[in-house]
Amino acid sequence: MPIEPTIKSRPIYGTLSPQKGTEHLLIADAEGAQAILDLAKSAPEGFFAAAEIVYIPRASGEGHVAALKALKPARFYDGPSIAAALPRLRQTFATAHMGLRVYLAGTEGLIGQAMLAATEAGIDYSSIQTEHRGSLARRVQCVHCKGVTEDVTTQPVTCAHCGLTLFVRDHYSRRLAAFQGVCINAEDRSEQVPVEEVFP
Amino acid sequence: MGIQFRKETFRDDFSFKNSPEHVRRFPFPFHEDSYMYAVNIEPHKPGPKGSVLEFPFDVDEHYVSEMEDRALVLAEDPLRCQSLPHMTLAGWDLLELLMVSMAESYPEHFTLTRDGDTWHWINRPLGIDDTFVFGDTSTLPYGPMEYITRQSQGDYCILDQRDGNLWMDAGIVTTQADWSLDFDIGMNFFEWHAPVPLAHEKGIFTRALKFLLNVQQGQPARRLNWTMTINPRLDTSPENYHKWGPDRTTVTPENVGDKVHLRVELQTFWRLPRSNALVFPIRCYLIKMDELATSPKWAKRLHRVIRDLPEELATYKGLTRYRPTLVEWLSKYDDGGVTSPGFGPD
Repeated sequence: MPIEPTIKSRPIYGTLSPQKGTEHLLIADAEGAQAILDLAKSAPEGFFAAAEIVYIPRASGEGHVAALKALKPARFYDGPSIAAALPRLRQTFATAHMGLRVYLAGTEGLIGQAMLAATEAGIDYSSIQTEHRGSLARRVQCVHCKGVTEDVTTQPVTCAHCGLTLFVRDHYSRRLAAFQGVCINAEDRSEQVPVEEVFP
Repeated sequence: MGIQFRKETFRDDFSFKNSPEHVRRFPFPFHEDSYMYAVNIEPHKPGPKGSVLEFPFDVDEHYVSEMEDRALVLAEDPLRCQSLPHMTLAGWDLLELLMVSMAESYPEHFTLTRDGDTWHWINRPLGIDDTFVFGDTSTLPYGPMEYITRQSQGDYCILDQRDGNLWMDAGIVTTQADWSLDFDIGMNFFEWHAPVPLAHEKGIFTRALKFLLNVQQGQPARRLNWTMTINPRLDTSPENYHKWGPDRTTVTPENVGDKVHLRVELQTFWRLPRSNALVFPIRCYLIKMDELATSPKWAKRLHRVIRDLPEELATYKGLTRYRPTLVEWLSKYDDGGVTSPGFGPD
């Protein structure tokens, strides 16, 4: 499902394409794996020999492991969660050379968190290739308690930390890799707002 | 004899009010009977004696109480003051700008003595007397930005300038009109303004950015912005929206005059000498409707502005719930006659 541009802080995504570089780091979740496989169709000779694939399929299964391995990347990592992969990613970014090219594909939570790890290591966000695939689920930071609720698919959503009912805005922070959630019935808590699945 | 500082609160019992002299100097933001966004930026030149524009940084009768309120906010939520690592030099720039200016404008209240890098700062209203080494953060109780802005009314954002854009990379924000520094820190000019309706389409931000990128040292600029606040609450942050939001349901025809406040931001823009950053003070002035209505012109004009405000702006400014009650109350002051040009009271 395409993501429409709304307000200027809301990220928009492109289509992965092979870039000139000495090394390539490709990070995807289950939904994003197909974007790597599509990129591979136009990748030049030797591209994957200088590439690492970080694959984080989470609950969606291991369906693409064989196909990704068949690209014969120099390194292949299959991790259980973004949180588990982050220490490794941070080290990769911290020790990266100038010629490293970064490609992120999948849900916005995966793209946002991997991009944050890259930018914290000094990589310019605008140099990173991104492609959205799969669910529209959002990471949402509660502006009140600062807790982040993962995989939000509804509007509004209950904050997993403080329990307030949050309106999920399009306002997005790269530094937090999260959309902003603001109490939807702050002025009158007796107001009941119907919950709808809007980020399927 | 100096300023008589009021002892007052911006929370709980809300004892804040303006003296009659301060009502007259209130920076009323409407020069005509209607309002729409514009790039209303002008040189920050000294204004008339006694006005909020007389000095580069206005210190008024609310100074001491506002600084006490800021300390309360920071104790509850230290994330209201943040500075990304590359912004420390700009913090020193800001400390210098404010200390020099405050000591020059209000010598009876503030004194700065400089002996090389050893600086002696006396702030009499707050009872501060500190000697420190300029540029050495270990000689101050806080970082330089936090140290001086705990002693300066208004919020402060320090914007780093790079890649043809401005980046919100440091700030202290405790008197804000519903935006979060903690969420917006690190964003560029277009990103942190993203939620503002209508103005992007009008090209306002593109033109404003172009202007701001070219602000030169010693040639500050300013603009006014406004919203409305129920009760004289400085801390109308999104962080605490669930605490102050219910205030908006409490407006009745009987209490409009006391509860509803026009909130005006005097925003100024200053180029900083060492860091080349831009500092963006956002100074908040509050006035309750009863005080504002002591000027028939202001009440008449505000009636027309609020009545005719486009719906998107009313929603963005959070007026929707009480706008009809407010417009009805203000209409008593509007005889339909012509208002004089300009911002001032009659």
